[in-house]
Amino acid sequence: MCGFLAGLETFSQLVGRDENGMYYINNTEIVDFPRFPHRGLLLDTSRHYLPLRAILETLDVMAYNKFNVFHWHIVDDPSFPYESLTFPELSKQGAFHAMTHIYTASDVQTVIEYARLRGIRVVAEFDTPGHTLSWGPGAPGLLTPCYLGKDPSGTYGPINPILNSTYQFVTSLFQEVSAVFPDFFLHLGGDEVDFTCWKSNPNIRAFMKEMGFGEDYKKLESFYIQRLLDIISSLGKGYIVWQEVFDNAVKVRPDTIIHVWKENPTPYTEEMANVTKAGYRALLSAPWYLNRISYGQDWMAAYQVEPLKFEGSSEQKARVIGGEACMWGEYVDVTNLAPRLWPRAGAVAERLWSNATVRDLQDAYTRLADFRCKLLG
Amino acid sequence: MVLFLTKTLRTSTGLSSRYLPWVFGFFFFPGLETFSQLVHEDDYGSFLVNETEINDFPRFAHRGILLDTSRHYLPLKSILTNLDAMAFNKFNVLHWHIVDDQSFPYQSVYFPELSDKGAYSCNHIYTPTDVRLVIEYARLRGIRVIPEFDTPGHTQSWGKGQKDLLTPCYSGERPTGSFGPVNPILNTTYDFMTKFFKEISSVFPDAYIHLGGDEVNFDCWKSNPEVKEFMKKQGFGTDYAKLESYYIQKILDIVFSYNKEYMVWQEVFDNKVQLKPDTVVQVWMENNYAHELSSVTGAGFTAILAAPWYLDYISYGQDWKKYYSVEPLNFPGTEKQKKLLIGGEACLWGEFVDATNLTPRLWPRASAVGERLWSSRNVTNLQDAYKRLTSHRCRMLRLLVNYC
Repeated sequence: MCGFLAGLETFSQLVGRDENGMYYINNTEIVDFPRFPHRGLLLDTSRHYLPLRAILETLDVMAYNKFNVFHWHIVDDPSFPYESLTFPELSKQGAFHAMTHIYTASDVQTVIEYARLRGIRVVAEFDTPGHTLSWGPGAPGLLTPCYLGKDPSGTYGPINPILNSTYQFVTSLFQEVSAVFPDFFLHLGGDEVDFTCWKSNPNIRAFMKEMGFGEDYKKLESFYIQRLLDIISSLGKGYIVWQEVFDNAVKVRPDTIIHVWKENPTPYTEEMANVTKAGYRALLSAPWYLNRISYGQDWMAAYQVEPLKFEGSSEQKARVIGGEACMWGEYVDVTNLAPRLWPRAGAVAERLWSNATVRDLQDAYTRLADFRCKLLG
Repeated sequence: MVLFLTKTLRTSTGLSSRYLPWVFGFFFFPGLETFSQLVHEDDYGSFLVNETEINDFPRFAHRGILLDTSRHYLPLKSILTNLDAMAFNKFNVLHWHIVDDQSFPYQSVYFPELSDKGAYSCNHIYTPTDVRLVIEYARLRGIRVIPEFDTPGHTQSWGKGQKDLLTPCYSGERPTGSFGPVNPILNTTYDFMTKFFKEISSVFPDAYIHLGGDEVNFDCWKSNPEVKEFMKKQGFGTDYAKLESYYIQKILDIVFSYNKEYMVWQEVFDNKVQLKPDTVVQVWMENNYAHELSSVTGAGFTAILAAPWYLDYISYGQDWKKYYSVEPLNFPGTEKQKKLLIGGEACLWGEFVDATNLTPRLWPRASAVGERLWSSRNVTNLQDAYKRLTSHRCRMLRLLVNYC
């Protein structure tokens, strides 16, 4: 089905127009296939809410660009727009506005179906244990209370990994999420966990001692993530995680997909080598953070990335299943999403679809300019 | 409401009358904008204004936005929406960089070939009606339209519709087929310019025309044997800045004869062209612009500042802060010199800008410049500005695209 749709897209790009305005197409035989199976785009609907039509419009353009995965980074610190049936308070208390800045169950189904009809998988990300501040108001007791000396400071940190209630909550929530999102994979996040709050909390420190973790909070992070992964597995889902989960030596299942996003301290090429060497499949996003705008034709830098350019065996290279262009939402909302995303993301799309030998910038420029006009038309 | 308006709405501008052809617009409209910003919504959805006395006036007289319609054509709608946004931010000058190397969308009545051959297509032009619409739409919002017809450089598109206007470049003895800046040695050049600027002077009612004069590349002139011959005859030696000067002076005289004043880019001043005392010099080069402001005002010329406000230079994050933090009068000079800096412009050059991204790229970043040019010198707190800017953005979205 997806192959058929991709074929239709290729076909549509062959349509030309003569000087009388007639649309025509030359008799053509099409031999086309993607280089990488996972060609994704990340949208962030937590830093800024994106109305449904913005997401659907993006899916349309993704289809034209032969992207086949919509990575929906749906919740994060600033807001929780996902309306959960099991925990309605999460969006009631955590969304920017409980009535206007949420995705109802129906909205979510609309997105999934709209995507499906365009050959696009929807991979939802519920990032934990960090990036969860917006979960706190609707789930009291979930986040770690930070301490200033002996007393709680009033602020909160990552999810509290030492309470049983945490794992009950996580199980129930992901039971729902697993049922709502039909894709085999869920993205579980796991990035940028700040240990400061955990360190400040006396109960956590006591737990660390009990468990024999010493001062190594990575072990505590690991402890949480391992339990989370077990829960997800038991729900019959596979998982994608950000690279920190791998970097911090969490024990993950062999079929875990590691999402490489950092450019330092380890260069991403080295990280790709390490991840694939350890036997895991890898997704590349590090050089494709399209939210990082700059003056001029920055599509060229995105286009020139070669995902397999790292030291490794051919088995390792085979574990790179693709990549994702990311449009993080700190400075993006519906007023500027489309011009910021397109046609720059097209450069990433071609890098992920076309053969490694297709790299000529001049030629790409001509085709990209023409493609942009088609997108605008 | 009306009574309240006339009784307590007081604004003053303290600007010279020559600089303000439409006094009514300039006093009244910024006041209305200030008034509109006081409107707030209560919990029941009613809009209210508290009884207020408004005492507001701009710090600088020239508060401009530069739009470039040559690198990318901007449809009329784009320009008009932008004029609305400008009014909302109390900008009062549209610097319309209407033509350049890439395209010539201005449809001239005397020289229709210029846009016939020089525009991107016949759909990418501004007819006399379009131009009049822009000028009137702007006028009704208290905005002056200063057109820029940049010469002698930045004129590739002019050569398509006006034969022999541009200098043919040479390689040794033979013309290469490519062209350089306007040819300064031919009488036909000045005949053309005389007629062309006659039209421009009557089409655009503002007292000022921007004549450009930036980035003139001398290579082509240097390669042309006739130009070299002319240099010898005039005793210019090998100093092509003198030839540039010669050309510009003649253009300035032409424009002045039509009773217009002119604005020029800083190179015209830097290259020691003889300028009339009322010339406005626009400082755009970022490197050491404070020093340039000193020089320009030190020589007694009026200046406007654009250098730190090239908004087309996008970058990640909250770059509005750096535009906001500019203090235009931070340059070495006397009180008298400082008075010669009459304002500035936020520039949105069009290399990477068209109707698909103009509005989100320009706003609300340009608002930071707007405040810097309107408000008092001591209004500099970034935290406070951030709060006000976010609600201002929402107001603009409601006004421009009915969203927030």
